[in-house]
Amino acid sequence: MLGWELPPHNSGGLGTACLQLCKALSKRSGIDIEFIVPYQARHDDIDFMTVSPAIPQGVASIIRSGIAYDSYKYIREDGTEEWLNIYDQQALYEHAVASMVDHREFDLVHAHDWLTFRAAMRVREKRGVPVVLHVHSVEADRAGMIGGGNPLVREIEGLSMLLADRVIAVSQHTKNCIVREYGIPADKIEVVHNSIEPGDIVPSADENVYHYLEAMRAHGYRIVVNVGRLTVQKGLPNLLRAAKEVVYRAPKTLFLIVGSGEQYYELIELAADLGIGKNVLFTDFQRGKRLRDAFAAGDLFVMPSVSEPFGLTPLEAIGYGSTPALVSRQSGISEVLRNCLKVDFWDINEMTNQIVAVVQNDPLRDNLIANARLEYEKLSWEDASEKLESIYGQHLTGAAA
Amino acid sequence: MSSVPRKTPVTDKKAIVLYLHVHQPFRVRHYTVFDAGVDHTYFNAPYEDGASNERILRKVAEKSYLPTNARLLQMLHEHPQFKLSLSITGTVLEQLEAWAPEALHSFKELVKTGRVEIVAETYHHSLAFFYSREEFEAQVKMHADKVKKVFDVVPTAFRNTELCYNNDVAYWADKAGYKAILAEGWDPILGWRSPNYVYRPAYTKHIRLLMKNYRLSDDIAFRFGDRSSPAWPLTAEKFSRWLADNQEATNFDLFMDYETFGEHQWGDTGIFDFLAHLPKEWLANRHHTFMTVTEAAEAFEPKDEIDVQSTITWADTERDLSAWLGNSMQSNAIEALYSLRDQIIGTRDLAFIEDWRKLTASDHFYYMCTKYFNDGDIHAYFSPYNTPYEAYMNFMNAYHDLHFRLAEKGVSA
Repeated sequence: MLGWELPPHNSGGLGTACLQLCKALSKRSGIDIEFIVPYQARHDDIDFMTVSPAIPQGVASIIRSGIAYDSYKYIREDGTEEWLNIYDQQALYEHAVASMVDHREFDLVHAHDWLTFRAAMRVREKRGVPVVLHVHSVEADRAGMIGGGNPLVREIEGLSMLLADRVIAVSQHTKNCIVREYGIPADKIEVVHNSIEPGDIVPSADENVYHYLEAMRAHGYRIVVNVGRLTVQKGLPNLLRAAKEVVYRAPKTLFLIVGSGEQYYELIELAADLGIGKNVLFTDFQRGKRLRDAFAAGDLFVMPSVSEPFGLTPLEAIGYGSTPALVSRQSGISEVLRNCLKVDFWDINEMTNQIVAVVQNDPLRDNLIANARLEYEKLSWEDASEKLESIYGQHLTGAAA
Repeated sequence: MSSVPRKTPVTDKKAIVLYLHVHQPFRVRHYTVFDAGVDHTYFNAPYEDGASNERILRKVAEKSYLPTNARLLQMLHEHPQFKLSLSITGTVLEQLEAWAPEALHSFKELVKTGRVEIVAETYHHSLAFFYSREEFEAQVKMHADKVKKVFDVVPTAFRNTELCYNNDVAYWADKAGYKAILAEGWDPILGWRSPNYVYRPAYTKHIRLLMKNYRLSDDIAFRFGDRSSPAWPLTAEKFSRWLADNQEATNFDLFMDYETFGEHQWGDTGIFDFLAHLPKEWLANRHHTFMTVTEAAEAFEPKDEIDVQSTITWADTERDLSAWLGNSMQSNAIEALYSLRDQIIGTRDLAFIEDWRKLTASDHFYYMCTKYFNDGDIHAYFSPYNTPYEAYMNFMNAYHDLHFRLAEKGVSA
């Protein structure tokens, strides 16, 4: 398996998804996984597969070159950003993987996202094994624009998927996007929804760090939370425009925006321009307890993404915070989760309508979360691994099925 | 209440008591926080919308009311012993008048034969009995007035919305002079007793209780088109044979939604043929007949007394009110609505009062039911909304608008 990151050395959801998927897959008999990453680091807690470095460099070098979500830049640990080129790193990985496979026996290559796609195609060229490409996001998604993004990345995505034996999309939304952007035949693309392992989500037991919000809640305020990168893909300007309408009707509503990104200052300014500066709290990029507690600080979690391949944060809100979710229909999670509110990302009126309904009606919030919890508890990566096993089987003869 | 002369019990005959319930609510459109306080129309979803009352009514009229009534009328003409009972809410009568007058005409034709009894109920298909006795009586009166006007008959039997029944309901109906009342023949109530007899409700003097035989009724209403059901394919001949073989019975109470015919069970299941053949097969034996609900109440001596302390209904496996009031959104919404009742009635603004009354329909609360939402079953099928949460949001925004209108009139609620 070819991937770019694994926890704890991950910049976001891609690494987590890969790890959990592999864990579930490794429980199926006949499947042995070697996961090749572009850096050298310890993964002591991973005992269900072999993790191999393709390049003898530290994690820092990779992170310095950019992250999987953004072909132009990366976000440092302190949240600041730098515009760089990750293209060279990707090429380096391709060559390293190509020489690694000379000394290995394997039946199939499964590669995650564009950074590893060229490497996957090189392996197929050399060894003739089937190649499965797993698409966690598409360049146009990341750019927040149909037909948009880095042309070099688009070229890699389009050509590799055309040549691959099978393409896995993390949602129907992503599948539609692949067909739209690259004209890949729809019957070659299989939807395997991401999931979550509820057992891995442990809400913090001690006091919530957002004391101010807790206090305001006690005074009858209701809190709306968003957690994510502040980039065009995430659709936050629409949330703020809805927030203005919400605050006009329900003045005791506060919005907590957790994250950083190129829209950070723009959004702060927009909130001020809309006259709701004192109702919108920005926390910048957060990790650990501050991140987990943000989910718990809310009465409603909103994910207004313009285009979200899957979207794990609403499930984290349910898991960490027992906070119900309002998600855009342009997301993979909206295909999976029934007990949540849904809205088109552009429909500011309807977003307002639904947020007002929740902040003004505690029974709505309570019923949403009670039923969402029941749904959430049933989730696992089991279904995803079962589907993948069957897809592997279709491309292998006499091997694991 | 007009008095029907008491007939001699026809104890040597077994009767099918077919009772069909006809109802359509005024569904609330996608009504948002932007509408509240601005646009006071709640029930006018665009025609192409899933919640369009006009579209649904026209569809049901075409698929169910017209073809079913055509067959029923023919059956009434061909079989002088064939009879049935209908309850038909005020809200569906209004919709038929507006959007399917030909279907309304076909109902009138049935009643004109004198062998179709109209059963009393609340005009708005509400749960008012449990929230405001005054409102409940007002809605029952409205319904009786409407039935008199449309069909020129006076009901002598009563059914509460969703067959909600307890000793109080029976006591009220007895005092009001009804001869019969309907309830679900639910096993925990009946115990060892059979639903196929007439009973006397506890604490009542004159009224009789008819209890739905849900096994037989559901064989038609729910399982008719189900190929995995052991009874499939169900023919009128087979069904009549089951009933004829049952020695311990005087009356088989087949109670169901009218929309079973052609809507819940589509025409291609053969449901219309089943209906059309039932009188012929059943009446082949001269000891068999059909009766309306009041006739059955008068024809047979009560077998026993039935005591129902907590409310039963004809819905779900629980047969209680949980489909309407089981979660806090539902109870919150209905309590909020009834809290405005006295002030809204006090305005004497008839259009305003009527908007409020349309919101009392039990259907609105049913759409907010979450208990089976995850399984995507019957609750989801019968809801015009994608989720119970949407139903609740629309309803509460309409409630806020009612509140706003009260405030506009200088009334604080």
